[in-house]
Amino acid sequence: MAISFPTPRRLGYRFNLVGIVSAFVVLAWALIAIFAAWLTPYGPGEVVDFDYFGPISSQFWLGSDYLGRDILSRIIIGTRYTVGISLAAVLIACFTGVVLGMTAAVIGGWFDTILSRFLDALTSIPSKLFGLVVVAGIGSSIPVLIGVLAVIYTPGAYRFARALSVNINTMEYVTVARARGERTLYLIRHEILPNITGPVLADMGLRFVFIVLLLSGLSFLGLGVQPPNSDWGSLVRENIGALSFGAPAVIMPSIAIATLTISVNLLIDNLPVKIRDRSE
Amino acid sequence: MSNLVEIRDLRIGARTDSGREVEIIKGVSLDVAQGEIVALIGESGSGKTTIALSLMGHARPGCYFAGGSVTVAGRNMTALRESERAKLRGTDVAYIPQSAAAAFNPAIRLIDQVIEVAKIHNLMPLAEARVKAVELFRALALPDPDTIGERYPHQVSGGQLQRLSAAMALIGGPKLVIFDEPTTALDVTTQIEVLRAFKSVMKAGGMGGVYVSHDLAVVAQIADRIVVLRGGEVQEEGTTAAILDNAQHPYTRDLLAAFHPVTHAAVALAESATPIPPALEVRGIFAGYGPIDADGLPLKQVLKDVSCKLEKGRNLGVIGESGCGKSTLARVIAGLVPPAKGQILLNGKEMAGDLKKRSKEELRRLQIVFQLADTALNPSTPIGEILGRPLTFYHGMKGATRDARVAELLDMVHLPKTMRHRLPSELSGGQKQRVNLARGLAANPEVILCDEITSALDAVVVAAVIELLKELQRELQLSYVFISHDLATVQAICDDVIVMNGGVNVETLPAADIMARAEHPYTRLLLASVPKLDPAWLDSLADDPAFERAGRSSLLAQV
Repeated sequence: MAISFPTPRRLGYRFNLVGIVSAFVVLAWALIAIFAAWLTPYGPGEVVDFDYFGPISSQFWLGSDYLGRDILSRIIIGTRYTVGISLAAVLIACFTGVVLGMTAAVIGGWFDTILSRFLDALTSIPSKLFGLVVVAGIGSSIPVLIGVLAVIYTPGAYRFARALSVNINTMEYVTVARARGERTLYLIRHEILPNITGPVLADMGLRFVFIVLLLSGLSFLGLGVQPPNSDWGSLVRENIGALSFGAPAVIMPSIAIATLTISVNLLIDNLPVKIRDRSE
Repeated sequence: MSNLVEIRDLRIGARTDSGREVEIIKGVSLDVAQGEIVALIGESGSGKTTIALSLMGHARPGCYFAGGSVTVAGRNMTALRESERAKLRGTDVAYIPQSAAAAFNPAIRLIDQVIEVAKIHNLMPLAEARVKAVELFRALALPDPDTIGERYPHQVSGGQLQRLSAAMALIGGPKLVIFDEPTTALDVTTQIEVLRAFKSVMKAGGMGGVYVSHDLAVVAQIADRIVVLRGGEVQEEGTTAAILDNAQHPYTRDLLAAFHPVTHAAVALAESATPIPPALEVRGIFAGYGPIDADGLPLKQVLKDVSCKLEKGRNLGVIGESGCGKSTLARVIAGLVPPAKGQILLNGKEMAGDLKKRSKEELRRLQIVFQLADTALNPSTPIGEILGRPLTFYHGMKGATRDARVAELLDMVHLPKTMRHRLPSELSGGQKQRVNLARGLAANPEVILCDEITSALDAVVVAAVIELLKELQRELQLSYVFISHDLATVQAICDDVIVMNGGVNVETLPAADIMARAEHPYTRLLLASVPKLDPAWLDSLADDPAFERAGRSSLLAQV
């Protein structure tokens, strides 16, 4: 699958078709999240259809929901919650995890042991259950959701970054920097981080997908974004009754979740590769 | 009778990742007669391995046969279908890889891997294959031939593993054996045993061989003819004796010249009235790894009471086999492995064992340069930044001053200024080693610890790096500690040599007449093991007193 287009190649990169298509899908969802307010044909909370679970029509492109609201508008607005919350959570989780992982690998010894065991203990709690308990306990709000999701996915990011950093840490250039007398911060920032960026970004993409799915799961259980607002997961839950009617109200948000998660996954598997042959 | 191998106008091309076509092998023709061993010799990138692989009809990923023919035992390997080639591999043509350790599956017993070829090709019943394997083990002079096959790969030594991979190749009774630098990764003393085993087996079986190597001395022992390659073309071809005595091509002469290094002459220092303390002195060092025992020494001792002294402006060589503790000695001096006991003195002043307790100034005066430039340079940092960091760190240089100094450093190691925008992966092995050295120089050190810095380089490049080290010493009044397993390079640059074995400093000798003055049996064994450019050298070893007296197997057992 190495059909290459001329533009990235001129920049010195190779980017295959699957990567390009999934990049477009991800970009499209990102733009929808940003410009959601201008894109909705109807107000997301407005009851506009006399019928409920209405079919696809020229008036309602993706049908209507259980109260007769426009599904397209609700999906567009829901993008903000799904993408926004997941993105914030993944950034926090990966930042904390990667920084701690690199530090643990560089410092080693007791610091590494204690931190690793603590985060292992955190991993041992089933993530859905942990989310359920915390959200049920302190109530659901967007900051709480972000925090819970970030906490759940930090240990994984930590493990991954630590495993990579331990390998880099044994390289002689790190030994040279150490022999030079460099401090931990420099070692992390300049010697380790640039050499694990690729895998860490790939891991971040995967983690984003997991977070989207977990967030959708929590919303489906009624613990995620609360009505009248809704993310994609809560859209599926609200309209679960439509399943027996075969109405688009439940299928379309599911398709939205699927397209985003699959595209992100495919994109990170097919990121542009730098062309190393420079003698042209 | 026709030749066993006939390569005619072979062309192999490759497509790079930007879609550009390059020709790797540019019309090579060569023959191997029945029972003859032909050596392919050349620097890395000369196409020698590519040609050797083409004998099996194999082109590496991204490469393809662009033209010509490779006829092995009457069949053109380039024209056969993949399934037909697979039938010939192991039965007609066999391959012995460079790294035997990587060629064996660590989870399967050796004997089962050795007889796998017979199993795949249905050559003989398994019981018969086992008997044949044991015969081969015996022919290859492996210890305990009857039971060694029951072991796993990690339970035998590197040299034994290499001979086992030869047994694996020979079990199918091939007509042609390809040796791909099979001794490059071995110590000199081990290399001899492996070479001897190869030679006797090849002679007994009357098989043809292609021996790929960049080491002329090794090739001289085993090959009947030598083909010198460079840039995918044959430069020179002739019998071993003709190439060694009467090389015509300048490149071959360079290769030969790299073998006769100029012995080093000490740099004269300005006379001084007061005695200068030694640049570096190590007194009674004990060091190792693992938990500290009750007697204050680590569980696994690597260095036992090592002492040595490096005078200002002079060079100290450290030689010994792998595992003798020479690299650990460098790490202890650099403070990376704090010693359990003993003192390290820089200019007569004692330094802390742990580098965290050393001052920045002490760290600056002592720099360490590592063996593998591939892993010693951060692959994601441009050369300019690699060289610039010690300048900022030790001297606080910034901006234009720093850039100017980086350019100066590059110039010092004979690299163009434009290099500073490149990444390490875009440099050749020799260039990387120069950058590696330049980074050490950036600190303005007084002592540089060179840990096997020439071991991964080709002979011609080694000569250039040694020349550079000497030149820098003259200009900057440096002192080197030069760690190597290669005696010739050590002699080329050092004034004094210490010989290490099993973590002990066996002997200290002046480099100039190391041959005459060596007394310890281990030193004599090490000296006698260095291959010479004389084709009769390997056979003459049987009656060398150093080998008889040292009783090398008992010595190896100590290690």
